[in-house]
Amino acid sequence: MFKQIEGSMAVAESVALCRPEVISCYPITPQTHIVEGLSAMVKSGKLQPCEYMTVESEFAALSALIGASAAGARTYTATSSQGLLYMAEALWNASGLGLPIVMTDGNRAIGGPINIWNDHSDTMSMRDCGWIQLHAATNQEAVDLHIQAYRLAEELSIPVMVCVDGFILTHAYERVSIPSQAEVDDFLPKYEPTQLLDPADPVSIGAMVGPDAYMEVRYLLHHKHLQALDVLPRLAQEFSDHFDRHTGGLVTPYRCEGAETIVVALGSLNGTIEEAVDDLRDAGEKIGSVKITSFRPFPLKALRTVLRGAKRIVVMEKYLAPGLGGILASNIRMALRGMNRPVDTVVCGLGGRPIPKKSVIEVLKKAHDDKLEEPHFLDMNWPAIERELKRQKTTRRSGPAAERMMYELLMATYAGEEELHGTD
Amino acid sequence: MREHTKFYQTGTFTVGNRLLDEGHRSLQSDADRTNSLSCGHRACQGCGEALGARYAIDAAMRATNGQLLIANATGCLEVFSTPYPQSSWQVPWLHSLFANASSVGAGISAALKSKGKNNVRVIAQGGDGATVDIGFGCLSGMFERNDDVLYICYDNEAYMNTGVQRSGSTPPRATTATTQAVGPKPGNPFGTGKNLPRLAMAHGIPYVATASVADLHDLEAKVTKAMEFRGARYLHVHVPCPLGWGSDPAKTILMARLAVESGLFPLFEAEYGRVTTRRKLRKRVPVDEYLKQQKRFAHLFGAKGDEEAIAAIQRIADDNIEHYRLDETAELAANVLRI
Amino acid sequence: MYEIRFHGRGGQGVVTAAELLSIAAFHEGKHAQAFPSFGSERMGAPVAAFCRIDDKEIRSREPIATPDALIIQDSSLTRQPDLLTGLKSTKIVLVNTRLTLDELRAEQLKLKVGKQRILCIPATEIAVELLKRNVPNVIMLAAFCAITEIVQLASLEQAVKEKFPAKIADLNIQAARRAQQLVQTQVAALKSELEVSHV
Repeated sequence: MFKQIEGSMAVAESVALCRPEVISCYPITPQTHIVEGLSAMVKSGKLQPCEYMTVESEFAALSALIGASAAGARTYTATSSQGLLYMAEALWNASGLGLPIVMTDGNRAIGGPINIWNDHSDTMSMRDCGWIQLHAATNQEAVDLHIQAYRLAEELSIPVMVCVDGFILTHAYERVSIPSQAEVDDFLPKYEPTQLLDPADPVSIGAMVGPDAYMEVRYLLHHKHLQALDVLPRLAQEFSDHFDRHTGGLVTPYRCEGAETIVVALGSLNGTIEEAVDDLRDAGEKIGSVKITSFRPFPLKALRTVLRGAKRIVVMEKYLAPGLGGILASNIRMALRGMNRPVDTVVCGLGGRPIPKKSVIEVLKKAHDDKLEEPHFLDMNWPAIERELKRQKTTRRSGPAAERMMYELLMATYAGEEELHGTD
Repeated sequence: MREHTKFYQTGTFTVGNRLLDEGHRSLQSDADRTNSLSCGHRACQGCGEALGARYAIDAAMRATNGQLLIANATGCLEVFSTPYPQSSWQVPWLHSLFANASSVGAGISAALKSKGKNNVRVIAQGGDGATVDIGFGCLSGMFERNDDVLYICYDNEAYMNTGVQRSGSTPPRATTATTQAVGPKPGNPFGTGKNLPRLAMAHGIPYVATASVADLHDLEAKVTKAMEFRGARYLHVHVPCPLGWGSDPAKTILMARLAVESGLFPLFEAEYGRVTTRRKLRKRVPVDEYLKQQKRFAHLFGAKGDEEAIAAIQRIADDNIEHYRLDETAELAANVLRI
Repeated sequence: MYEIRFHGRGGQGVVTAAELLSIAAFHEGKHAQAFPSFGSERMGAPVAAFCRIDDKEIRSREPIATPDALIIQDSSLTRQPDLLTGLKSTKIVLVNTRLTLDELRAEQLKLKVGKQRILCIPATEIAVELLKRNVPNVIMLAAFCAITEIVQLASLEQAVKEKFPAKIADLNIQAARRAQQLVQTQVAALKSELEVSHV
């Protein structure tokens, strides 16, 4: 059934349809509406049997699910940014123990300085925690990927996080198709654990593993990721058969036939990129884009195949690895190992900076002309940076950098306003 | 699930309390007990924690008809009981992380509830490091939500498994690897530390108790009592560590008894924030008697000794005795004692 | 695609306005996207919200830089730099004020958009009278719908009934109809000026 609802509510409805038995919640912007929506459903009796735990930290939120999952329950939680980091230890524990927990991350920048807006710092910083990481580009994908996530998690006994751009998707009202309970039940059977805390058949879970076996145990987790590379496309096909629309898989190309330049990105940015591609194609440019849905496991082969025809690849990523540059771009270069293709890194949208189509088109033109520095920072206020660096050189006690930068930008705004108004 | 255990004869009939009538015998006297923590684990000679855990979990298994799941924090107990590739646990057991045994236990309890499995119960357990320090936030959350979990803390008063570092449970003036017996104020400073049983009581949870390996019957009884309640429960068990305390491994139970009889470790029970029972002291023992048998307090004695410090420790014991009325022969009036 | 940008202060229902419009468009079988300019929640702080309406799927996610319509729920914001940007293709501006356009101090706005495209609606006065609260959002939306016919008033009323509890919905619908009547007289004159493009 089609509904015009907020992304968070769409996710809540989708998760509820998956019949979770234990939900833990700790609030953090911009995930709050998801857990609030679910709490109302549990309390009203609409989602039962389900235990909803209001815990005292994100670390507790995931820890509780580790216990619940080991006791055989289907589980869910959501977090963002600082919360994801606060449960970092538990993330690794959950994947290491092989527990099929599903979690939404409302992608948000990480402090300091504190910032509540969207970028991919949080899930990127946890890219090696062992969880499967899927990125939704629209709220429809957010709805669909959660349903697929439970199938994937329970089939492989591995936790899955569905990444949904904070605010941009979570707080956007748009048209989504919400499946019926019968449809979801048909696609997602009851959870059958591969390991279980059961008085009738006691096991010890989580014992120490020494140097003689740790490498092998660790490889088994990697192996699950490699299996996921096959399972994900199969699930997407099955999903399409059931629900009559394509969501998921590993990568999805857009107008890549005959493309000389291909733009690659994760998440909602793909919407704006596709609009830019359309404009450029209309102007005669041979350009296409690729949306990556599965970031972990990273689809090396699939990307190699879909990008091989291009002469140049431009990676637009909402992440900056300090001291290095782009991570998505680095991962893509790995996929193209041995193929002599220039890969440009465009760091954009950090801390929620808007990415207008205009800027995307401009940067693609620069890439075409080989004019991009590596990495290129989209819409960066270089004069402000230069002024600040200069000022820092003049005095040791230069003050907190973030506050100083805000002051710089504020002064610039006031200067602009004077030009704008003259004598009103 | 029962196992036939072999009793090694010591040459008397005291093994397994067989001088007592059946009703008063410890559960451990039954050769066909559950034996939840089976032999073969790698605990040190004279480990108080291994002793306490075995008694506690077997008692819980009996109280729950064997329907028990365990969440264990990182620490000595977890490490010595599951040396890869073996496990000495004969009950369903989950080790996650250092700080989260209480949260994990809460999650297990929620799962059981959602599945309608009301007869299966949950114990979360850990050492003082996991409970008093790094896991305190999670524990407080579990208390506040009144999750249906019994949390057992085995308190050996330091981070033993990592090499005897100071914890929030280390007593004043005790030597540890991070509060060495050097300088003008050797050992752990006065005026620091947390009293977890009282903090637990402050949360108003259904049942809080202290116990000791000095009185194993009492420990069994308190675990059994705890399992009669639903909701958050806390049991704080004093377990000497011969290695960390520098005491004689053969005298672990004696050390525990001296701690109780000096008043340094009062034994009591509380319900919803009010003390309901306490163990009166038959014969008070001065703290010296207890302290002088542990190397971690050796610097308080001898030529360079510190009588003031010993007197201050004695005052702590006296305060406990006064606070919990441990030397009163009369029974407590109802609701007389709070936190 | 038709793009509307809303401006107001926290507590005036600016975000809800964008959402309501998107729901109304949805009920007419259109695609619609509504989202706020995100910030920490605080009463009284300037807030912007966006709504896009189109016949096909809307892929763009950026804030609306060059709106077709501007709805200003608080007249104290008419000189804000954020409000005055990107107005070169703005076809209509609605301002919540009891003042006439000549009395309204918004010279930059008048210059950029053209006085003939700015409509003043005493939405607060209507809201206080009929809703007993200064929440002018539905009133402004009703005026907007009446003038541009981007979305029918009936669809807006349906959206209001869905989103608000019955009593509040009814009061808001009353206020919406009052707003519609108010602009009716001006609609004919405005329509020719506006060259409104129907989606």
